[in-house]
Amino acid sequence: MNQINSSFDKRQQCNTPAANVSDRVVETIYQQAERIAARAVSGTGSPKTDWTRILDNILTSKFLGYPIMLALLGLIFWLTIEGANVPSGLIADFLFGIEEHLSAAFMTIGAPGWLHGILVLGMYKTLAWVVSVMLPPMAIFFPLFTLLEDLGYLPRIAFNFDNAFKKAKACGKQALTMCMGFGCNAAGVIACRIIDSPRERLIATLTNNFVPCNGRFPTLIAVATIFMGGAVASTYETAAAAAVVTGLVLLGITVTLITSWALSSTMLQGEPSSMTLELPPYRKPQVGAILYRSIIDRTIFVLMRAVTVAVPAGAITWLLANIFIGNLSILSHCANFLAPIGHAIGLDGFILMAFILGLPANEIVVPILIMAYMSSGYMLEFESLGELRDLFIANGWTWLTAVNTMLFSLLHWPCATTLISIKKETGSSKWTWIAFLLPTIIAFIVCFLVAQTTYFFGWV
Amino acid sequence: MEKTLSSLPVGAEGRISVIIAEGLMRRRLMDLGFVPGTKVGCLRHSPAGDPTAYLVRGTVIALRKEDAACVHIY
Repeated sequence: MNQINSSFDKRQQCNTPAANVSDRVVETIYQQAERIAARAVSGTGSPKTDWTRILDNILTSKFLGYPIMLALLGLIFWLTIEGANVPSGLIADFLFGIEEHLSAAFMTIGAPGWLHGILVLGMYKTLAWVVSVMLPPMAIFFPLFTLLEDLGYLPRIAFNFDNAFKKAKACGKQALTMCMGFGCNAAGVIACRIIDSPRERLIATLTNNFVPCNGRFPTLIAVATIFMGGAVASTYETAAAAAVVTGLVLLGITVTLITSWALSSTMLQGEPSSMTLELPPYRKPQVGAILYRSIIDRTIFVLMRAVTVAVPAGAITWLLANIFIGNLSILSHCANFLAPIGHAIGLDGFILMAFILGLPANEIVVPILIMAYMSSGYMLEFESLGELRDLFIANGWTWLTAVNTMLFSLLHWPCATTLISIKKETGSSKWTWIAFLLPTIIAFIVCFLVAQTTYFFGWV
Repeated sequence: MEKTLSSLPVGAEGRISVIIAEGLMRRRLMDLGFVPGTKVGCLRHSPAGDPTAYLVRGTVIALRKEDAACVHIY
């Protein structure tokens, strides 16, 4: 009691116009609580080894902290790519095998060509592509990420990154919302509720898009594996692809910081608010339970999304590719229309169109692109991702196309679900539009610069 | 010049005398256990130098330098 009184006097000396009554209330409450706890709670003595402290000393150390974070990220991608390889091939064999039977069945019952086209060549095929190429990486990455989360590592990431965010005049908790964005950008946007200051919450919401979500990873992985992996010896294929994807994620984080700083300096000016971050003790995650539950949950979720989004998109793509105006399909007309813009930013009309059609869900971009390319008559036996390489090259892909497709995928507008979440969270149409335009403009500018520089120097 | 939490070296301990933060930060700090009379220890700095992790009442809380400077210790 004496100590509290003397500190009370010190406060009077400081002339702090604090709410002294509420302070004393808090202090006495704590005293009371301490007294009760001392009587009621018995400890088991000090633990044999304080694992949390040992781990933290390594994971947040000056020299090892950042390299370990980087290595962990790369490891997760490596595991995702490596682990998705075999299941992808198996599922593809299975599903495309069924497609042949379906086509045969349709022919036997004499179904009209357009019906076969829409149902089998459009809807079923797109579904097959999503499930075989996109689902396995998603079903592996998400559980790995959940494992990391359950371990208690995410606050340490915020701890390591807070300084960078402070310099960008943003809240340190944005590191956490950024991490949530790895799972799903819509979830990341909702997670921004943990930021109290409205200004900083908005910054976190607007920049959440720059980390690739679970649906965009397969796009990055596919393109990286096809082009980068194919350029090195096959033993290093996965490692090369993982390195490329890790690099892209770092780029995304850099863009997040730069954009946050830019927003803080222009549209959303203000001073950084204070931050308190709790570093809870590490937990031993229930590895088995998490992996099992997460893989099943994710698979079901992706399958449901595939049915509700990919299937209609596949039908639309087939229709666009097979309804002719003049002597070109609508698809070709659109692609030709978009071609000049596409070429200026290092892509082509088809890729741009696939991104536009991919607004509902990012994971359908590559399947739609494959379908669009194939509608020009290219026959594809899907043995592995390497087959896709031939398809893309036959349609004019160069290394620049690959790089810019990945850049565009990383930076472009948020998916429809995220936009809806942003509208709900901010309650403002204006900010939702900005959330759509800001990444789009940045994506166009970055890709434009990369493409034009490459053309200028004749590197492609 | 009184010692503040931000000047506490890693591994050292101190007791809180006054918190001169105001408003939301003051409430947050007190809610987390940074109450005058409490023992606080400095655990480690972030690899970037800021924030710093402090041990208070068995919990580890990280604070930025400016905020830690509001907590006076003796």
